[in-house]
Amino acid sequence: MTEPTSSPASTLLFEARGLTKTYGTGASRFDALRGIDLDISRGESVAIVGKSGSGKSTLMHVLALLDSPTSGSLRVAGADAESLKTADLNRLRNTDFGFVFQQFFMIPNASVLENVVLPLKIAGVSAAERRRRGMEVLTLVEMADKAGNRATNLSGGQKQRMVIARALANSPQAIFADEPTGNLDSATGEVIEDLLFDLNTNHGITLIIVTHDEDLAARCGRRIYIKDGLVVDPNEVMATGVRS
Amino acid sequence: MSFGEIVSTAIGNTFRSRLRTTLTVLAIFVGAFTLTLTNGIGTGVRNYMNSQTSSLGGEDLITVMQASMMADGGFGASSDGPVEYDPDKALLSAGPGFSFEAITDADIATIAAIPGILDVQPLRVVAPDFIQYGDGPRFELQVNPSPPELSVDLVAGAYFSNAADAETAGALYLPVSYVEPLGFTSPAAAVGSLVTIGVTDAFGTQHQVTARVAGVQQASLFGDSALLSHELSEALFAAQTSGLPASVTGMYQSATARFAAGSSPAQVDAIKAALAEEGLAGMTLADQLGSFQTVLNAIVGILNGFAAIALVAAGFGIINTLLMSVQERTREIGLMKAMGMGAGKIFGLFSAEAVFIGFLGSAIGAVVAIVLGSVISNVLATTVFSDLQGLRILAFDWVSVLGVVLLVMVIAFLAGTLPARRAARLDPIEALRYE
Repeated sequence: MTEPTSSPASTLLFEARGLTKTYGTGASRFDALRGIDLDISRGESVAIVGKSGSGKSTLMHVLALLDSPTSGSLRVAGADAESLKTADLNRLRNTDFGFVFQQFFMIPNASVLENVVLPLKIAGVSAAERRRRGMEVLTLVEMADKAGNRATNLSGGQKQRMVIARALANSPQAIFADEPTGNLDSATGEVIEDLLFDLNTNHGITLIIVTHDEDLAARCGRRIYIKDGLVVDPNEVMATGVRS
Repeated sequence: MSFGEIVSTAIGNTFRSRLRTTLTVLAIFVGAFTLTLTNGIGTGVRNYMNSQTSSLGGEDLITVMQASMMADGGFGASSDGPVEYDPDKALLSAGPGFSFEAITDADIATIAAIPGILDVQPLRVVAPDFIQYGDGPRFELQVNPSPPELSVDLVAGAYFSNAADAETAGALYLPVSYVEPLGFTSPAAAVGSLVTIGVTDAFGTQHQVTARVAGVQQASLFGDSALLSHELSEALFAAQTSGLPASVTGMYQSATARFAAGSSPAQVDAIKAALAEEGLAGMTLADQLGSFQTVLNAIVGILNGFAAIALVAAGFGIINTLLMSVQERTREIGLMKAMGMGAGKIFGLFSAEAVFIGFLGSAIGAVVAIVLGSVISNVLATTVFSDLQGLRILAFDWVSVLGVVLLVMVIAFLAGTLPARRAARLDPIEALRYE
């Protein structure tokens, strides 16, 4: 995690200027983002912190190209997100990003391995290579012995490790984690946190964690506080009280 | 994701909700089963007609009538308004108040002169009173008006030869049902025997004509009627019309002309054109079969229509099943989209699932229809249709069965487009938020 000294295009992974996102119109109009400027370099670990409804999840979705901003510009790895073709967008989502969600989101009746290799399957990787790579990442999260199990039969911590393995399968540049420990007890949550930060420090994967958990946020290299769709000073958020 | 992988994943997904898939497959099964059966009836009857008529031979025959007869459906009533009276027109009475414009001896000569025609025989309608063997009992005899050139299914004996017969007026094929009543021990015993045929003329005088049994004929579509040689027809006709003026005897309902075997369709058309120039119309066996098959196709088409209605209903079943699938797998679809699966592939995934459900239903339906149809057909062939030798009411040719399966798959695909489109259009964020 060196400070960017060379050309910013090669080290800046995300470059957001004046991002806004508005849902609905008229009386039901809701401004989720109201002008966000943000730079995230490769290899950083960033926490996006805020209360629920602050717009932090929306910001993550926009950064991850799952959602498009109402206005403002976003450059991902030097490319203007708005001008990306659908195929490039899908390729970027598939190969450059990994996702870890609070609710896991898995294919319930499929095996652990089948769940893990889903991004590889979408990418069109051959079955043999999928298996090889799937076992590799399962070994990394210490789940290799569970490869043949049904995904639904796993414990919460195992599910989240499986989901992390799935996020890793395609060797992404960045992993987006939305409340990755939200559904786990604190001991299990810690194991998952260790795993994520290990990927960041030892594998150079950019980590973007959305959370309202101050302890988790504290472990990140940088914290971005969001309130009412704007980046705010940490003290302001703390003053209103993120958590009791 | 390659095409093959989309298909295999879709097949896997099909079995995730077994009960629902089974019920939908069942609905398609009913439609495909019915459609295969109705098609099978068409194929069966068509096969039977073809075997009946190909065994008939007669590809080199053309039936000639007055053009007016052919055009007006054979009843002389023109639909184009009143026709001016022509005193030279030869009308053949066919019972009170009912007459034909007949083929005359002059027409016969005209036909014979047409290039390409080898010979021509008028159709002599004879109505014998009885047939008798020796001094045995007399039985009524129906005459098959077909030309004797047609080959029939013979149980015993040989086909008519042109050899002159000094003892008799001509030969006939005896229907197999006449063998025992007439006093023969077996069909083979009947062959070569002489029988007496009685015929009454216009003045009530009964004449007796001796004929030789050339062969014994299998029962067929034409029923228990005897087929007479030209010589025998001529002799019976002469007896039946004896004493009548030539202006009456020289009129026939139609004539049968023979052209060179293996004539090209163009040559046959040329003959028809030449006939048309003489005010006559010719119809080959193929033409007659064609009109029969048109009727058959129409009937099978109506039956197929009913089966198609069942398939349309099944199509709605597919829509329903897949809509539920899309609903259930909303988050999974969102996940796959978040992981970079394109809308086209999501669409493909659900379409392939629809097509596979269609394939399952139709393939099972077709196989069961073939198995059950073959059994039913075999049972019917030995019971209800035992008199119609060789009739398999249900027959299946793989082209039409494959056609049914493909048709169902197309219907399934079309039904699948609505849910597949809904899945493809899901917004990944909305889908992931979906509870």
